[in-house]
Amino acid sequence: MEFFHVTQNVQFAIIGIFAVLSVFSGVVVLKNLVQKGKDFTNLNLRVKSFWSITALFTLAIMGNKLISFVFVGFISFLALKEFLSLIPTRRADRRVLFWAYLAIPIQLYFLYTGWLAMFYLFIPLYMFLMIPFRMVTIGETEGFLKSAGTIHWGIMATVYSIGYLAAFLVLPFANNPVAGGVGLFIYIVFLTVINDAAQFCFGKKFGKNKIIPKISPNKTREGFLGGIITTPMIAFLIAPYLTPLTHIEALIAGLFISISGFIGDVVMSAIKRDLGVKDSGTLIPGHGGILDRLDSLIYTAPLFFHYTVYLHYRGIL
Amino acid sequence: MIKFIFFWLFVKPLVYIVLGINVRKAELIPKKGPVIIAANHNSHIDTLILMSLFPLRQIFDIHPVAAADYFLKTKFRRWFFLNIFGIIPISRDEITKKNPFEEVNNKLKNGKIIIIYPEGTRGEPEVISEFKCGVAHLAKQNPDIPVIPVFMSGTGKVLPKDEGLLVPFICDVYIGQPLFWCGDKKNFMDSLKHSFEELNLFNKKGEK
Repeated sequence: MEFFHVTQNVQFAIIGIFAVLSVFSGVVVLKNLVQKGKDFTNLNLRVKSFWSITALFTLAIMGNKLISFVFVGFISFLALKEFLSLIPTRRADRRVLFWAYLAIPIQLYFLYTGWLAMFYLFIPLYMFLMIPFRMVTIGETEGFLKSAGTIHWGIMATVYSIGYLAAFLVLPFANNPVAGGVGLFIYIVFLTVINDAAQFCFGKKFGKNKIIPKISPNKTREGFLGGIITTPMIAFLIAPYLTPLTHIEALIAGLFISISGFIGDVVMSAIKRDLGVKDSGTLIPGHGGILDRLDSLIYTAPLFFHYTVYLHYRGIL
Repeated sequence: MIKFIFFWLFVKPLVYIVLGINVRKAELIPKKGPVIIAANHNSHIDTLILMSLFPLRQIFDIHPVAAADYFLKTKFRRWFFLNIFGIIPISRDEITKKNPFEEVNNKLKNGKIIIIYPEGTRGEPEVISEFKCGVAHLAKQNPDIPVIPVFMSGTGKVLPKDEGLLVPFICDVYIGQPLFWCGDKKNFMDSLKHSFEELNLFNKKGEK
């Protein structure tokens, strides 16, 4: 059994996250008490779900590498299943989809054993080549390209991108002595959620000018700007405790996370719009499906990983 | 006991974690029997899902009606389906003079939950075939007991007929309003069919 080091900073970070969540819950409870007439059912569900999600994430980063990997794999599985259930699939592709699911343990196995080259290449290259081949052996040509493309998009988003969460955990500890890879894991997940929340809140409060009305009528310039201001600030403040990033690097990381999180959000909105659904599923009460929650992380996790590795882990990976 | 463990450790996790179900109008699921559940049938998964809709403590009260020729074929099948699933075998050939629903009626009298597939067999995936009127006879013999239409979508993708490989998909389950025997076979079958058409339409709209 392999373990990773959980430093004191990481422990404080987890306590801090629970503190933030408690304050947030407190505000919601007060809202319920003060504005009696209003219906807060959705907001309340959202808060409850956030508690469960945070508790699960905490368990996943307690130090046992295998548990963390199983956790990330399980998230990938739920997300991929949701994606494959949403898209129109051809009956002939059943067995291909089975291979898509198999990509999850294979991908995480490469990562677990530290074979990073395969982790980077397996889905973008080998699965990309394999899927059409498996489809050829079945022999249905109608809708072939569309099907191959959709399935590959699904595993790229739900297995490859989300898999980067686990990739943080195999980064060498020495390069980030304050918190190790798990510090970066917390940093990116926390900032992505904060960015979503900031965009949502600013949009609700000050939102006037729609930013991309064709794709998402709820997204406003004001919300986007709110995220771009809030996220780098918090990124800057917590970076010294969790990451090896310098002040200026942290500010840029925050900006980067804010913009890429927004892109992930709207890309998923575009896909949902294309498929004609409002939410990707019903798994998380108050939030919708798991893809609704992961949408920004699909963009932020891999991009932040490469940004940090480029700056502080060069030559090692 | 084996049955309980089987449903607790295998069926429930399979239905709720590996597959995932999305139940609409869950409030229409009856809290207790006697009740007749009439569902469309595309996959062996259907029965697992329908049995999972009820709490585990009710697992011994649920009895799917199943074809004797298929489910009692071998010794192992016989033991497995009679004891673990609690099926009530029905002969598919109509020579038997005895009322084929005698045992079902008895179970209903004891407040049990009966699952019946009006299509009679699994058929083409994601297609509803012609309903057989066995369910009408059953309703006629038990006019006070509600028949609940349950429409499932996606199970034919998970495990279609003649396929051994299970592929996870989230399945949709729509519970319909309870129906009662109305005194006429044709009317009853029409309202049952109509109910399924409505649930199907609802499903298609949801996808759109």
